[in-house]
Parts: sequence; C-alpha cells; structure tokens
Amino acid sequence: MMRTRLGRQALLTGWGRTAPSSADVVHAVHPDVVDQAMRIAASEPSAGRGMIARGLGRSYGDAAQNAGGIVVDATWLDAIHHVDFENGLITVGAGVSLETLMERFVPMGWFVPVTPGTRMVTVGGAIAADIHGKNHHRDGSFCSHVTRMTLVTPTGSIELSAQSDPDLFWATAGGMGLTGVITDATLQMIPVGTSYMLVDTERATDLDDVMGKMVSGDDGYRYSVAWIDCQSTGSRLGRSVLTRGDHARLEDLPARLRQDPDKARAFHPRTLITVPITPPSGLLNPLTVGAFNELWFRKAPKHQTAKPHHMTGFFHPLDGVGSWNRLYGRKGFLQYQFVVADRYGETVRRVIERLTSLKLASFLAVLKRFGPGDPGPLSFPMAGWTLALDLPVGYHLLGSLLDELDQLVMGVGGRIYLAKDSRVSPENFAAMYPRLDEWRAVRHRVDPDGLLRSDLGRRLGLCSDVNTEPGHLRPGPGSGQPAPKKKRAPAKKRALSTPIPPTERTSS
Amino acid sequence: MIDAIGRPQSLLVLGGSSEIAQSIVAKMVPARCRTVILAGRVGPRLSAAADLARSAGAEVVETVAFDATDTSNHVEFADDVFDRFGDIDVVLVAAGVLGDQSVDEHNPVAAAEVIATNFGGLASAMLAVTDRLRRQGHGRLVVLSSVAGQRARKANFIYGASKAGLDAFSQGLGDSLEGSGVRVMIVRPGFVVGRMTEGMNPAPFSTTPDAVADAVAHGIESGTTVVYVPSVLRWVFAVMRHLPGWLWRRMPG
Repeated sequence: MMRTRLGRQALLTGWGRTAPSSADVVHAVHPDVVDQAMRIAASEPSAGRGMIARGLGRSYGDAAQNAGGIVVDATWLDAIHHVDFENGLITVGAGVSLETLMERFVPMGWFVPVTPGTRMVTVGGAIAADIHGKNHHRDGSFCSHVTRMTLVTPTGSIELSAQSDPDLFWATAGGMGLTGVITDATLQMIPVGTSYMLVDTERATDLDDVMGKMVSGDDGYRYSVAWIDCQSTGSRLGRSVLTRGDHARLEDLPARLRQDPDKARAFHPRTLITVPITPPSGLLNPLTVGAFNELWFRKAPKHQTAKPHHMTGFFHPLDGVGSWNRLYGRKGFLQYQFVVADRYGETVRRVIERLTSLKLASFLAVLKRFGPGDPGPLSFPMAGWTLALDLPVGYHLLGSLLDELDQLVMGVGGRIYLAKDSRVSPENFAAMYPRLDEWRAVRHRVDPDGLLRSDLGRRLGLCSDVNTEPGHLRPGPGSGQPAPKKKRAPAKKRALSTPIPPTERTSS
Repeated sequence: MIDAIGRPQSLLVLGGSSEIAQSIVAKMVPARCRTVILAGRVGPRLSAAADLARSAGAEVVETVAFDATDTSNHVEFADDVFDRFGDIDVVLVAAGVLGDQSVDEHNPVAAAEVIATNFGGLASAMLAVTDRLRRQGHGRLVVLSSVAGQRARKANFIYGASKAGLDAFSQGLGDSLEGSGVRVMIVRPGFVVGRMTEGMNPAPFSTTPDAVADAVAHGIESGTTVVYVPSVLRWVFAVMRHLPGWLWRRMPG
C-alpha cells in the first residue's frame, strides 16, 4: 500500500544487515521535499507511521529505518552552499558525505574536524549520531564543530545553533534524527598541510601494556587508536597494535612528495575491491579470524615512528573494500560499542575475557580513549575507555551474552552507542542514559505529536505508533479483561465450530 | 520491534491456550517480549495461559476472544488488536484441532469442521492479520503446521489434509510478502508429546512443546522459512514423500 506518491516502497536495513523493514523512501531532491513529506506524515496522525531521515545507512542497526512509514533519503541534499576559505567554515547540505568533503577540501588545506572509521557517512548522520573519531581525546565529537544547522521539525523549520537554542541543538546532537530532519549545516574544518599522516605504530603485549601506553602517551598525539586481538588469552590477553599520529606538514614528507605539493595534497580514494556476493554465514569464524588477527599483529612493526601514511589508509582502511559487511553472510552482524569511565578500565578487561572464554570471533576490536563528552543528553562519548567489537549474528547465546555485557557496563555507569546498537533493551538503554527525560521534553517541544519515528525509536520506546485517541488508550499492565466483541456469532454456529480439544472430543 | 538477534517485543497468539504456544511465550517473554496478546476461546484455559505469561515477566498481557471459524469477525479482530496494542512483532498461528480420525471418518460434519478450523478459518485469520502486518512494514507470521501435512497417512488424513492446506497457503502467502518487511515461517513438528496427544503412542522422532519453542526462537533469529522439529524430519520426510504407495500404506498408526 502506498500512502505517498512521493515515495517508493523499499526494504531497508542498517550496515549490519539485520532486521529489515519496509518503508516509503522519499528522495529529498530539495529541502522542500522534506517539508512536503513532513506534511504528509502530519496529515494522517492516526494511521501514519511517521518519518525519519536516512543518510548512507552506516548505522549498524535500525536507526535509519521506519517500518511502514516514510524514510527521507537525505543523500540528495548534496549541495555545497558556502565556503569561507580563510576561516575554514563550510556550509553544506546534510546529505554531503565526509568523503566528498575530503575530496573537495583536503587539496585546499581543510580537513573534517572529526572522522569515524569510514568516510561513507553524511554530515546529517554525523550530527544525528554525534560521531567521534580517533581525535576525541583532543577535539571532542562532531557536534562540537557544528556552528549552525537548519532543522526541519513538525513545528517548523529552525535555524539552530548551540547559542540560539542550546537545548534543541544538544538534543539533536546524538538524537538519532528523532528531533527533526537536518537539511544543511555549517562546519568548522581544521587546517592541514597535506593529505598524509605521520604515524607511530607499536605493538603492545597485553591489555595493561596498551592501556598504560595510551594513558601516558595519548596527549602527545592528535589521533590515537588501538586494534586489539580478541582471541589471545592468558598472559597475552588484549595484545594490541597501537597507532597514533598527526597530520603531516609538507616538510615532514619524503623528497618525492615534497617536490610535488599537488600530489602531497591529493585525495583520490579508490575502492580496491568489492565483495560481489554474500557468502554463507560462518565465513568469519574463530579459525579465519584467528588467522587474520595473527597476521595483522605480526605484520605490524614492533615500533616505528613518524612513518608517512596517506589519510585513507590511516583513517578508513575498510573503505578500500566495498560492501565488506557482506562478508558476515546472510545473517548479518552487529557491533557492540560501549564506554566506561577512565577508572573502570577493568571492565574492558572483563568484557574481553568474556568474549575470549566463549571463543567468539570478533574480527574488529578497537580500543580508544575519549576526552570529556559534550552536553548532548543522548550523545555517546564521555571521558574514559571505549571498546568496539564487531560480532557475527548466529551464535545462539549472543543475545544473552550482550545483555550480560550491558550489566557490566551499566554497573559502572557506562553506556552503549546508539549508532551501533541493534539489540539493547529499552530498560537497559534508559538506565544508561539517565538524562533521557530531559531529551524527551525537548523532543516533545518540537514534535508534540511524535511524527519523527524510527525502528530504533520504536524498539527503545522513544516513539510509539499506538493510537492514543480517546477510547483507544493502551490498557495498563495486568488488565486481563477480554476485548468486547461487537459482533458475536450465533450460538448454534459457535457450538458447531468452536475448536474442541481432542480430549474433550473423545469423551463427548 | 524484532532486534538484530531475532528477539520480538510483542507477540499475538492465535490459539493462546495451546500448549506449544505457552512454551513459546515462556521462552520469548524473558528474552524481550513485554506484550503478549492471547487470542482464543475465553475461559479458564486462556486465563491460565495469561497468568503464565504474567509470571514469566510480561508487562502487558491481554486475552482476546477469537474463533477461527468465525471468519466474518477476523478483520474486526485484527483491527481491534493492532489498534489497541500497536506494533505486533510476531503473530503465532497456533490454533487448531486434532479431531478423532476413527470417529470423524464416518462423521462428515465433524471432518469438515476440523478442516474448517485448521485450514479455512486460519487462512482467513492470517489474511486479516497480514493486512495489518503489511501496513506496519515489519513482522513475522509463525505458522504451526505439521509433518502430517507432508504426506497424509490413512490413520490421520483429515487432520493431515487440513495441515497440508494450511502449509501450502502459508508458503504462498510468504512468497507474496517478499519485500514487504513481513516474513512467514512454517513450523513442521513431528509427533508432539503433550496434552493434544495424550493417550496416544508417540511416533518415531517425537518431540515436545519446549523443543518446538526452541526451534521457533532459533528460526526467527536465523530468518528461516521452514523449520522441522526435530530437524532430522526434514530428511526423513524428503524420503517419506517418495516411498511407493504400497509401502506408505503399511506405515503403522
């Protein structure tokens, strides 16, 4: 059933390729289309299923899905509106990807203030998830560098900045699109001399070693991250490769590049190879992942300093492999990312121990140390340790294992990252984000009818489709009264047709 | 919503007092399922099933009158449930009667009633709920079929035929739902030891309501379309279907 001629029905999932749902996808070829879609969603408050914006679909779970409703494909909002070369302030459509920003502006000497492990995210998505990068300990998360944005809400289009309406600005930072559709934003870029990084790489023998090195040395680097081998056990538990670096200046580079400044600033990312098909689930198993981890660890230099690496390899190694999410097979995969305060590094160890004890294959385990968080009530980062683990779906105890990890994380006041989540329970989520009510109040101010909805919002109880018109109120827990039936079948027919259990049948 | 690991948050059971359904409820509620709607013949059995769901930890438990053969009421029934409770992640079709073959063979009315309940009635109810599932853009329809429908035995062909009809209907319905976000899963248990089969001799490869519940939970997680319980029955019936007639007729029971 199509409710809008604007859209086309499509089945959507997140990057993890789990829990598909169908929606009317509307291409936001112009900001006016967003207004139009919002009006359609508002015109059918009882039967409608609301709307949500979607960027490049890199959230792992159900954040950019809206089952039965409207999904605005914001990648069409791809205009570059204004560039202030002198100050590095750029105003772009919310659908512009970080890759586009790098391609266009790195050669001119400006780099995005924050980049996650992939360039394939939009500016709108980066704000909605308040993404972080390897420089969080230095530069904070993405929204700290957003000077203004246009937010289309059911109560109108708002010119928004952290000064004009701090509550709404910070509720939108990490608000997963549930406060409105971002149509454009202005970013403060950072100056860079080249498209190269100077990288220090070292191996760490175990978890204490890597954490010690990060605590003592991170301040000396703008970017820092550790890759952890989650399959090593015993004395080698948590053995890691730590890579840290900063942007290279032209004079830091070898002569070959120094003499060709255009080349030293070039940014031409290429997809080296694309996974063409979905292999059977189980390709990434403890054996193959173990082999990969061993190789990766041994390949890393024991200690290497100031080695020039291109930005693409340093920030986004996986972007070189197109559709790598297919490698996890038909059942898909998920990512578990949590953060705990600095003094609870022990929780990181317990999580890794739990995983290794079950011999679960985590292909990608990344440890990073955050600096202080920003004021967003649903923003993920806070000062401390964050660990991200990619895990294939299919292991039968995965659900209860991750619920157990939630308890460990919650127990020390930690939380998980909504952009990665596809399975946390509403109760655990609410406990992890104690300022949730504050966020709800702001959302209610701009979206009193709750038109902005997503599958993630439904799953976590942030939005609802229950008809709340008078007479349709949701019954409270424990009310066991049968529903009144308006029409009853004649008694004679019922006597004939009521299902009768066999034990009663034989005795009658 | 069903999460990435296949755990639903809300469940509607057609045939809420069924023993297999109760096992499935008992398995799903602790995992995530907070809303359980039990539809069936209102009475002490349905209330007892509701009490079980509550004691398992479900927050919203409701019993709703449902009669599989009252087809004129099915659209109203589905609208009522979906309007009042919002999204339903899983609709479990567990209603059904076994009948008594030896008696029903000589009682066409009773035989027709088994078929009207297990096949015609449920087909109607499934269409009514499917319409709502389609509109919500996600959900699973889990249909309790039976291996008895894979090849009818002389001792059980009325029930077997009703399940064969339900099974074929569900398969076709599932195919028609491709791309809608709604998926159908057909569950084909063998002989289930329990209340429904009390006093009968278990057939080979018999199973239990708990084992069926495990298979259903696992099937939802992996997105399978057909589940046999026990799983070996898939291969057993691949052979059984092709046995020569003279041999099949000699099957005991």
